[in-house]
Amino acid sequence: MENPSRTEPFPVGLRVLVVDDDPTWLKILEKMLRKCSYDVTTCGLATVALSLLRERREKFDIVISDVNMPDMDGFKLLEQVGLEMDLPVIMMSVDGETSRVMKGVQHGACDYLLKPIRMKELRNIWQHVYRKKIHEVREIEGHDISEDMLQFRNCSEDFDDRQSSGGADLSSVRKRKDLDTSDQEVNDSAAVKKARVVWSVDLHQKFVNAVNQIGFDKVGPKKILDLMNVRGLTRENVASHLQKYRLYLSRLQKQHEGKNCGANMQSDFSPKAPQANFGLQNSTPVNQANTAGGYVPVGIHPTVPITQKFQAQNRTPVHVDNEKSTVALHIKDQKEAARPDISNSRKLNSTPLGGVLSFKSTATNVEYKPVEPSTSKHQNLTGGIPISQFMQYPKHDHEPYSLLEDYSHLPLSSQLHQTQREPTFTDYKSHNNKTIMPVTCTIDSVSVQVERGIVNPQEVNRSGSWLPPIREPSMKTDTDLISLPQDMPLCSLQNISCFENVGLNSMDIFQYDDSMSLTEFQSNWYEGLEFNTDYLYEPLEYPIIDDCLFA
Amino acid sequence: MDYSNLQRKAAYLRKSLFDQGYLDEQFDQLEELQDEVNPNFVEEVVTLFFKDSSRLLNNIDQALEKSPNDFRKLDTYMHQLQGSTSSIGAFRVKRECTLFREYCDKENIEGCVKSFQKVKREHAVLRQKLEAYFQLLRQTGPVERATRASN
Repeated sequence: MENPSRTEPFPVGLRVLVVDDDPTWLKILEKMLRKCSYDVTTCGLATVALSLLRERREKFDIVISDVNMPDMDGFKLLEQVGLEMDLPVIMMSVDGETSRVMKGVQHGACDYLLKPIRMKELRNIWQHVYRKKIHEVREIEGHDISEDMLQFRNCSEDFDDRQSSGGADLSSVRKRKDLDTSDQEVNDSAAVKKARVVWSVDLHQKFVNAVNQIGFDKVGPKKILDLMNVRGLTRENVASHLQKYRLYLSRLQKQHEGKNCGANMQSDFSPKAPQANFGLQNSTPVNQANTAGGYVPVGIHPTVPITQKFQAQNRTPVHVDNEKSTVALHIKDQKEAARPDISNSRKLNSTPLGGVLSFKSTATNVEYKPVEPSTSKHQNLTGGIPISQFMQYPKHDHEPYSLLEDYSHLPLSSQLHQTQREPTFTDYKSHNNKTIMPVTCTIDSVSVQVERGIVNPQEVNRSGSWLPPIREPSMKTDTDLISLPQDMPLCSLQNISCFENVGLNSMDIFQYDDSMSLTEFQSNWYEGLEFNTDYLYEPLEYPIIDDCLFA
Repeated sequence: MDYSNLQRKAAYLRKSLFDQGYLDEQFDQLEELQDEVNPNFVEEVVTLFFKDSSRLLNNIDQALEKSPNDFRKLDTYMHQLQGSTSSIGAFRVKRECTLFREYCDKENIEGCVKSFQKVKREHAVLRQKLEAYFQLLRQTGPVERATRASN
């Protein structure tokens, strides 16, 4: 694990960027920090510091910045760093007025040092890096319902539009999908950074103004885009920035809250995890694999992934027991047709994927999930390719039916993949019915990573039934076997909330006949893609996690 | 011996700088930072300080001459200088800087001008004294300096 390796020499070599327009202080701070055995980079201009950070954000662990600098307000720098790099920032100033300090804290400073700064204060700064990493992990598992609600609201709007726009023509849906996909690919392929909009201070200010004008509760990318009225800026740009901004705010909030959030309900569901993972995925697939490996679910009983996926995607798990049952059945039919050999195949197909996916989802992208079901069906219909194969595909294309591949790529995390695979199949056969399948998850707990994995249990849950939210604590404990009664109609808060938003739409999907459902799914997929796109734009989003887990 | 005499003089001068409030404990901090890697660290920092603070003083001078006084700007400049003085522990200069900023706050230009004269005076006196001090130190040699620092 990364932690052990880093704890030993950890504070030594901590990479510190010091920004101060005062050359005297710069010299002193550099010396002090070197005496602490830190790796120091000094910078006399905030703007230069910012570009330095943008260029190689991964080269620094923490930033120490003066508040008053001629070229850029230290608070602005602080905010930018918080938004773009999510590095801990320590502010310093001769002024110790409460209002100033408060401003610093409000803008996300992890500490506010008064000049003259002493060695003993600097000796301790590593704790901010350390704490931040701990928080990051928590954050991944943590889930901010309101945030999701907002997203969902936007999402559902679009969803409605699409639906009303007319019987969901498959091809058209696919086209849109393709469009998005190609975007994604572009972003995927290392061009990500270039594709990004640089949110300059001014641009960000416009954005913030727009958000404030609209009201934080009502903001949506479109509205903001309209208000900002900046040429060349796309809805996706705004959406992704909004996403970041929310994370940024919630991060601030969390900092203030302390560590309490770990235990509450929200943590069960983590919207943020997907993003983080996503970032990791793109940039460092290997790492991801490791991550996945961190918590290895030994035996996962396949459930109907569709619902789960749905939930994950839209973040609107809608569940009614009846509905569930229907859904499950429905799926079976299709799949059975496709795969005569596996009697229970329905579940089988979905199941293995579901299992994998669920993990994936936690680990990788929640967004993709919704699509999966449709894809899986398709695959089956087409040729019934063994799931295992799918899983091994590297993720590349986002072609209409390639979703599985994407997902499969997810399982790339080899450990996870292998472990899961076999069990899944076996389980499959054993459980023909959609009937209650206890979900058993053995989690290889690594404290931190496990937390991240928390989401999995839910997703792993049974097909039609909504899983009861599994509490973190239980999951955290190593090798806990958690069995969930499948059919238990459990509604976590998330589900409920989601329900409002999604409403009948999602449910309808399940009841449609194949073609319809397919379309539906695809449209959902589209939704997912949209989200994904957003995330894709921000590969840097959670690099810290990366570090944390694998440093 | 001549050597120890110089040493004593340096120590005396240093002590007087503290006693008269020219320097505060930040200066001790600087001395503690000095080591084999940077044997002249304190002097280097002090030199840097005077170079930079002279520039800041010039800025303020010019800003004070402008007819509609921009107190915000004045305050910003003085804030910079104040931050800088804290780096070497130039206590008396810093104290005057604080006064200056208070006048700025009240938009009292006369107070600012007066106060600025004091800032400059303190700044000049400190520079003189510190230069004398480092000259003494240079004569005593690095070894003496090291021992003195621990006093």
